[in-house]
Amino acid sequence: MLLIPCPWCGPRDEAEFHYGGQAHVPYPEDPASLTDEEWARYLFFRDNPKGPFAERWSHAAGCRRWFNAVRDTSTNEILAVYRSGEERPATLEPRPVLSARPAFEDEAVQAEGGSGGAAPSGVEGAEPLQDGTGKGGGGAASISGSAAGQPFRHATRGRIDRDTPLTFIFDGTEYRGFRGDTLASALLANGVIQAGTSIKLGRPRGIFSAGVEEPNAVVQIEAPFPEPMLPATTVELYDGLVASSLPGQGRLATEPDPARYDAVHAHCDLLVVGAGPAGLAAAAAAAKSGARVILADDQPELGGSLLGTAEHLDWVREITGQLDSAPEVRVLRRTTVFGYYDDNHLLAVERRTNHLGAEAPENVSRERVWRIRARRVVLATGAHERSLAFADNDRPGVMLTASARAYVNRHGVLPGRHAVVFTSNDSAYAAALDLTTAGLTITAIVDTRPEPGEWADRARAAGIEVLPGHAVTGTEGEARLTAVTVAPYGESAGRRQFAADLLLVSGGWNPVAHLFSQSGGKLRYDETLGSFVPDTTRQAVEVVGSASGALDPATVLAQGAAAGARAVEAEGYRPEAPRLPAVAAQPRQTPPMHVYVVPGASDAPRFVDLQRDVTVDDLARATGAGLRSVEHTKRYTTAGTANDQGKTSGVLASGVVAELLGVDISALGTTTFRPPYTPVSFAALAGRDRGALSDPIRTTAIHKWHVAHGALFENVGQWKRPWYYPQDGEDMEAAVLRECRATRESVGFMDASTLGKIDVQGPEAGVFLDRLYTNMMSTLKVGMIRYGVMCRPDGMVFDDGTVIRVAQDRFLVTTTTGNAAAVLDWMEEWLQTEWPELKVHCTSVTEQWATVALVGPKSREVLGSLAPQLAVANDDFPFMAWRETTVAGIEARVCRISFSGELAYEINVSPWHALALWEAVYEAGAPYGITPYGTETMHVLRAEKGYPIIGQDTDGTVTPQDLGMSWVVSKKKPDFIGKRSYARADTARPDRKHLVGLLPEDPGSFLPEGTHLVADSVLPAPPVPMLGHVTSSYRSAALGRTFALALIKGGRDRIGERLYAPVGDQLVPVTVASPVLYDPEGARRDG
Amino acid sequence: MADNALTAPLRSPLSGVADRLAAATRTSAGEIRLAELPFLAQINVRLDAKGPAAEAVGLALDLQLPLQPNTVVRAGELTALWLGPDEWLLVGPPGSERDLESRIREAAGDEPVSVTDVSAQRTTLLVTGPRAHDLLAHGCALDLHPRAFGSGRCAQTTLGRTQVVLVARDEPRAGFWVLVRSSFAGYLADWLLDAATEYV
Repeated sequence: MLLIPCPWCGPRDEAEFHYGGQAHVPYPEDPASLTDEEWARYLFFRDNPKGPFAERWSHAAGCRRWFNAVRDTSTNEILAVYRSGEERPATLEPRPVLSARPAFEDEAVQAEGGSGGAAPSGVEGAEPLQDGTGKGGGGAASISGSAAGQPFRHATRGRIDRDTPLTFIFDGTEYRGFRGDTLASALLANGVIQAGTSIKLGRPRGIFSAGVEEPNAVVQIEAPFPEPMLPATTVELYDGLVASSLPGQGRLATEPDPARYDAVHAHCDLLVVGAGPAGLAAAAAAAKSGARVILADDQPELGGSLLGTAEHLDWVREITGQLDSAPEVRVLRRTTVFGYYDDNHLLAVERRTNHLGAEAPENVSRERVWRIRARRVVLATGAHERSLAFADNDRPGVMLTASARAYVNRHGVLPGRHAVVFTSNDSAYAAALDLTTAGLTITAIVDTRPEPGEWADRARAAGIEVLPGHAVTGTEGEARLTAVTVAPYGESAGRRQFAADLLLVSGGWNPVAHLFSQSGGKLRYDETLGSFVPDTTRQAVEVVGSASGALDPATVLAQGAAAGARAVEAEGYRPEAPRLPAVAAQPRQTPPMHVYVVPGASDAPRFVDLQRDVTVDDLARATGAGLRSVEHTKRYTTAGTANDQGKTSGVLASGVVAELLGVDISALGTTTFRPPYTPVSFAALAGRDRGALSDPIRTTAIHKWHVAHGALFENVGQWKRPWYYPQDGEDMEAAVLRECRATRESVGFMDASTLGKIDVQGPEAGVFLDRLYTNMMSTLKVGMIRYGVMCRPDGMVFDDGTVIRVAQDRFLVTTTTGNAAAVLDWMEEWLQTEWPELKVHCTSVTEQWATVALVGPKSREVLGSLAPQLAVANDDFPFMAWRETTVAGIEARVCRISFSGELAYEINVSPWHALALWEAVYEAGAPYGITPYGTETMHVLRAEKGYPIIGQDTDGTVTPQDLGMSWVVSKKKPDFIGKRSYARADTARPDRKHLVGLLPEDPGSFLPEGTHLVADSVLPAPPVPMLGHVTSSYRSAALGRTFALALIKGGRDRIGERLYAPVGDQLVPVTVASPVLYDPEGARRDG
Repeated sequence: MADNALTAPLRSPLSGVADRLAAATRTSAGEIRLAELPFLAQINVRLDAKGPAAEAVGLALDLQLPLQPNTVVRAGELTALWLGPDEWLLVGPPGSERDLESRIREAAGDEPVSVTDVSAQRTTLLVTGPRAHDLLAHGCALDLHPRAFGSGRCAQTTLGRTQVVLVARDEPRAGFWVLVRSSFAGYLADWLLDAATEYV
């Protein structure tokens, strides 16, 4: 969400503002002197530049001031704001473009160097799995007691809680796992690797990764609450979990989700996303400075990749303790930052109780959306391992190398027994060595590089066969991998086959640049990495660690610490250099080889996007069809469109397409990253905005009475207004006829408190209202009331209502119920931007007054009995006058106005007394059978008199003259808003639509609102000329028939004509009539 | 109007939910306190901050109208809230609206000062307790941290889906006043009670 800096209130969310169009377009000094074309240019034409544009904005939900802003329409950046009446600043500089990763070499913070030639960064001395069977996919040996039945569980490794066994069901079979498992790790512990079948081809698919990037193991949770399409790698195991595998797509629950979801806003000086080594170092550098820091990580415990490699865990524990105890640091675990928006506004979802299963407390939200506004952001989002496109690369048992290592070190699970490693880079070697130590047999490391260097020497020294310049050319096995075929790279001769139940793949690393890219940051191709890395940005963000392309541990830590320190320093805090762990010297790196499609003659599919079943051949068809952009091949093949959003396949697909097109991948780029980073449920996004809280309900002070008396309610704007009060099983028609009859024949009353009310004060209040209303208001006498119409400059009716002159310099304006806020905004806009010299102030007093409309021939008697001091006779209290008095002992302002044609009063009192007044009126009216009525009866009564409802009988294309209200348009005033438009040719057209009455020839025939009107009794061939449409339609008790109001071309000239209304397959004959159908002489007004 | 002698008791917008607010306060064991402060006198004042009326009104009220946006000035039982560069809301004890209005009008003399009684336009909710800030953060996008919104601050903004005037109470960490349009008060009370589910 954009922040707009109000010149008065400072930066606020854009949702608090209203847009007011182009700035510096003044209202013409003398509209009458303009030609039609000049006036039309003022009315309808505005600039639409690309780039800086001066606009008007109103801080509508704040200080209500109008101001100007220069916004760059291409970047949405607000370049400047200035107060109304001030000059536009001359030169405006956009925010500078910054590097996503300032050169950190300059920074003082450096990790301590380790001694040279140390052991690889695997965990030494870990107990090997006492397996002994040497067989993949089976054999359980040396199982600790608590791990009974979990044949792939390591005896000692992992961070699981072996004292908390959990029971779960997958595809109908009951299994055991431990607290700390994911569903995926628990399945692997039980020897289950297949977790579904593929969406198009139905091929068996296995657990492929250990994190959010998972394309295969996407499962349906059945209990406790059904949820579709969750990666098993991200579902924390809990007791009683029931899940099943899916054929590529899930099922939505049919029951409403019973859980609670909520959202909170949070602010910080520094948000660190990701609690791996770089993120922890960044947060640690900032933690003691006093700055407000939020550290968000999607895992249940901090550490990131270190949890998977089991390195520096003491340091992780130490930093975690520091962060948890720092007063201004908030650590959000199980929290995925999924969206990065304008002005460092980031959205995250925290999974708060999912992992508790049925034990989740009911009053704690299951998930919480965090709306975080950060002064500075450090993205330490890590990297995802990339796969390789080789033949049959989708069998269960094919897994990313680092993921296998994470299963061993985090969950104490061996994902297989006999593995072949297939790599194009160094990173797989450390994993292979660590896995060997853990008891996994690595049969061979197949490296595409002809000279893999020092890491290969280490592997050989550990007894692992390394095949340089080789590639995997095929796999075998159905439910699980059984064999891997290997050949010299690019050749078919010299093939070898290895028995294996696991094939670990590493095609390099893709920085997780999703959030950075969403922020508007630009990526660039990194030649060393063979992938895309963050480059430049306009937001206050830095990217550190492997997310920036850095893979060397010491660099990663130093980058994180430097960025964290830099961020809080920029916010005026003093950072503290955190202790960073000593990193053992690494073997000399050998550059990775950039491989996407693994060569080899084979008919077997080479999958690029596992979740969408998209192969190299599919992409070749796309390029063969002439597609040259990855955005196009994505849409043609669906590669990258599944719920993993191509995390493992995106760059691979770019690489494959580049090879197919014979271009460089750097020229091709990636597809666009869009929020959310991982799927977020609709329930979480809806949060508490459901049911009664989905939209505010506005009620009057008398609402309780309406409810108690059985009213049905109509929504008018956000107001709940009584619609009608059915009695004894009445339907709406019967109730409304009864309410209408009672009101016209005796007396009725209604709650009119919802009408908008605006207090207009100041010595020039009359001048102001003269400019806003079409008729004259300044001549109104104190104590009197006038009806008025407000139009837009184009002359179209915008609102209507009554104006009460309270004092010489004070008026009370009423507006229609739904338009109150818009009218006040309208007044402020003109006052603040066009007429700041007018000494006038407008204040909303809608809720300061409650209003009871007392209507009908007996209303005078009822009022008289309640207001003994008030002279109620017609001469004493004439129509369109108001009096201050007490009604039922309550101070009141009584207005004699009528919206029904009957003798009527509006009694205004404080809402604190409104219920008492209402009940007193009800009691005093009882002898006359006083009847409460709702909006429907009000509508019928006014329609019988031809009074339009703005917004129902008008639609923004209707002038007062069209409504037959020329009398309300002043001829004397030199100008008012809309006046010039009445001299335009368009508003004088004889075929403009006029508001008229319609009487169906059959008095029982009812015309639905919106019904069109045509001239002939037989429909001609289309297009049928339309003459207009029905705007209001009712059954009238007073007329004893149905009637309607309609906007009809040249309608006033058609009075008496017969037209036809197509209703269903009938053409209903109707007669055009005057809109005033009841009491045209106005005899009833004075009682 | 509030000081008019009447037989019927005054009804405030939230009189119907007072029990629920009290129950939430009770069960939160001190974490949250929610209550309506009904019938406070509220006067909207519009005048030129640079004109002579500003000083005259200040003298009459014995309170300097705040000129810094989004701040409040308190004096005795009166609180003046900045609502705009020429607009303030004076909040005083119940029943004092007439007196306040006439004092301001008298002080203003012939200066163009607009004074409007808006006591019933909004009602006031008291939101205090250690979790008050967390509670409001469920639906208020403003930074309510004491560093950013401490004593002496006020703001017009949105809470949930309705507009409010937030006022930080006098002592540090003493919670907030939430002034809300009377017609929205029922919605906002429901919203606050629901937001408090986790704390009660």
